[in-house]
Order: sequence, then C-alpha cells, then structure tokens
Amino acid sequence: MIAIVDYGLGNLFSVKHALNAVGAQAEVTSSCDDVMKADAVVLPGVGAFGDAMDSLKKMGLTGALKDFVSTGRPVIGICLGMQLLMSESFEFGRHEGLGFISGKVVRFEDPKDGDDILKVPEVGWNRIKVLEGRGEKVYEGVKDGSYMYFVHSYYVVPEDAAVAMTVSRYGNMEFCSSVRNGNIIAFQFHPERSGKDGLAIYRNLMTIIYEKTKGKQG
Amino acid sequence: MKTVRIIPRLDIKGPNLVKGIHFEGLRVLGKPEDFARYYYETGADELIYVDAVASLYERNSLLEIIERTSREIFIPLTVGGGLRTIDDIRTVLRAGADKVSINTAAIKRPELIRDASHSFGSSTIVVSIEAIKKPDGSYEAYTEYGRESSGVDAVEWAKRAVDLGAGELVVTSIDREGTGKGFDIGLTRMIAESVPVPVIAGGGAGDAADILSVIKEGKADAVSIASVLHYNYFRKLSYGKKEFSDEGNTEFLKRGSDRSGIEGLTIGGIKDYLASNAAGCRI
Repeated sequence: MIAIVDYGLGNLFSVKHALNAVGAQAEVTSSCDDVMKADAVVLPGVGAFGDAMDSLKKMGLTGALKDFVSTGRPVIGICLGMQLLMSESFEFGRHEGLGFISGKVVRFEDPKDGDDILKVPEVGWNRIKVLEGRGEKVYEGVKDGSYMYFVHSYYVVPEDAAVAMTVSRYGNMEFCSSVRNGNIIAFQFHPERSGKDGLAIYRNLMTIIYEKTKGKQG
Repeated sequence: MKTVRIIPRLDIKGPNLVKGIHFEGLRVLGKPEDFARYYYETGADELIYVDAVASLYERNSLLEIIERTSREIFIPLTVGGGLRTIDDIRTVLRAGADKVSINTAAIKRPELIRDASHSFGSSTIVVSIEAIKKPDGSYEAYTEYGRESSGVDAVEWAKRAVDLGAGELVVTSIDREGTGKGFDIGLTRMIAESVPVPVIAGGGAGDAADILSVIKEGKADAVSIASVLHYNYFRKLSYGKKEFSDEGNTEFLKRGSDRSGIEGLTIGGIKDYLASNAAGCRI
C-alpha cells in the first residue's frame, strides 16, 4: 500500500486516482501507523510552507516521516511536498523544513521573458530537461523536453546540484524541477495532472517502489 | 515565450453537457464525460466544469461526474457553480477536482476567498468574474450565472479577489458568451494588467484568430472555450436518441442535425494556429 499523507491541504485525490490508474493500491491517510506500514509514502501539497509544516508537526507526522525515511523505503514529494523535504524555506519569513535534502526554497524574483514580466505563480505547462546520468529510471520512456503541469511561486535550490534530475526554465530563470537523493524522489510539477507522460512517471515510480520492497517482503 | 493554456469549459445541467448564449437558452449537447475524454485525448491543457443551475436551485449534482472524470483524465480539473461554503469546496475537491471556481458566494461574502485560500492553498482557489459592459465603458460583475447584477466594478473586484487570496481568475464576458463574436479584449486586458496572477479569458471564441488576439492583445494567460469545441465534437458524435437523460432542452440533440451556425474548431487546430503565429502552447 502507498500512503498519501493527508495534512489538510492539497489535491490528494488526484494523486490517488493516478496511482490507482497505474495499478497501485493507495490510501489517503493522516495516521502515523499507516505511514509506517506503507511500501512508500507520497507527500503531496499545495499552499503555504509554514502552514504545512505546522500541520505536519501538530499531527505528529514529522517524526513519522523521519522514521519512515530511515527505513530506506521511498518517499515521494510533489509540489509543496517537494519543498517540505528541504532544509529551509523563505516563504513569508524563514521556516525549517523536514531536511531530507540539504538546500533551500526561494521565490521567483521578477522572471522575465524578453521585456515581459512573467506572472508569479507560474501556472501551467512547462518543459523538463532530464539531466544526463540522473533520473533515468524515474523518466524511462518520457521524452526529454516533455511538458509537465506546474503551479508554484517558489522553487528548490539543492546544496548538492547533483541531486537534480531535471531542470526547467521560466522565462530567464532556470530552476530545479525534480530531485532524487537515494530513496527520496520529488517533483515540483504535478505528474498526476501531466497527462500520459505524468502517468508514465507514476508507472516508473511503481517499479522503483516494488523493486525496493520485494527483498524485504520476501 | 509564455505557454498559454487551452481550457475547454463544460457547463453541466443535471447529467448533461449544455450550452447557451449569454448563459441563456441552454441546449443539451450530450454527456459531459464523452466530451471531457475527447478533449483530454486531443490535447486540452485543463478542463473547467460549471454546474449551470446549482446557484439557482441550491443543489450539487456534479459530484459523480467529477469523480468519474477525475479517474480517467489526468489534467487539472476546475469545478465551479453553486459552491458557497468551505464544506462545499472540500466536497468537490474530495471527489477529485484540483481547483474550484467561485463567483456568487465570493461577491456576497468576500471573506470566503480568504478562508478558502487559507484552507486549501491559493492555487486551488479560482475566482470567476462574469461581466457585462456598461454604457460608460466600465464593466460590472454579475452573479447567479449571469442573471443578477452586483453593482460591483469588475476590475476593482478582480484586484480585491487577488488580495484576498485568489490564485487565478476566470474572466468571462457575458456580452460575448456563446456568440462566437470574439473575446472582449478590453475587459481581459484591463484585468490581466491589474493583477499578478494568471487570467483565463472566456466568452466569445469564434475562430482561432480570436484566441490569438485575446492572448496577444488581451494579455490572457489561458483561454476557456466552449461552443466552438463542443459543436465540432457534437458533429462527430452519434448519440442514440435514448442514450441521454431527457432533462433539459434536448430538442437540438434529437433533431440530429447541427444548425448552430457555429464553425467548429479542434484543440489541435487551435494550437497549430497559435504556434504558427508565435504564441507558445503545449503541442
């Protein structure tokens, strides 16, 4: 079972429907027990970083997530869920994140396209560039330059640039659009709302998750 | 180059997809799920569902349709029409909507925008502004599916809605809605230049050139389109006469011939035209 962490925000049901569509059993849950029993955890989310961290703490989920990560099972962050995995964010002041990946979360500062100032948040479809030697498994069958669906004003800057699987451009700004650090995989975009290419990513994630747990179950 | 979104808008009455002119005289065109699936397969960037009667009859008949759609269509789905409370919004999101659009309830109680964006995140809350041009050239926001005047200036309301936390705006010209006479460029541009968030222009698409001009001159970030897409697909569909519910005005559907006079467009055709005129979109 894959646990989709419900901390009160986010498009949890789209994630569930996408996981179901690729044959996964998934449950939306806010129970620490369910999280600890899961084969993998998805941390989704939209909204503000500070509020989200507060909710996770209040519900006792930060501890559960830390324990879960240390088991080596996959944790998948989506959108705000990706940002929460970082050490700190500067959305409305400084906030501490879960710290599974070293780095920070910063805001788009006046992205420009020629003379036009682009809107923040970025809402809509944008291309990903899959970096060489990284993310091959996650992006198997997904063409370089594919469009994914983004909704964000902030993006992550990992300390170790080598964890980035893809980068994207918003006007004159290049940003990291997905990361992988061992069992931690995260996307700034929404694969569950990125059409057939997004579903292909979920299918690849299933392969990664169940390759990892096979040994343990057996 | 910014990437604009092409968003089919499906107005729903009971179990049926409907379409009117100036939000009136709703004709039944078929089953919303059939149209939604076709649009997903042919390159729609998002979908908008609007419950055309919920505001009037205080009911919410969309949930089953949302759930079925969300299970088979993997692009963002915005749902509006008759949402009045945080609980209404939560119910629609739990059925599988990614965003909600609110109009009537937000004008009556603007704090709903703040509460909803706080509860679900700004990017989940779309405020829909439906406007009519006044003789002095300004625009007034209307509620209740274009029936009730609110006395509120559309541009001022747009700014306030964003201040309260709206993550996107859908701006529809009631004057142009369903007519195919082109978008109200002035309305779109005034609002798009007044707010930092994306503006989805709606109401009036007649041909691909209209869509290009609302992007280039109207500064729209996305375009919501109904009639020209629906009538095009309607011609390809062949419903048996018993296959749909009789709720609503089904005469048009039963007649089986299309005398709408509206030339159809496909999403692919629109996008090819935009791309060849230096407007970025996902192809």
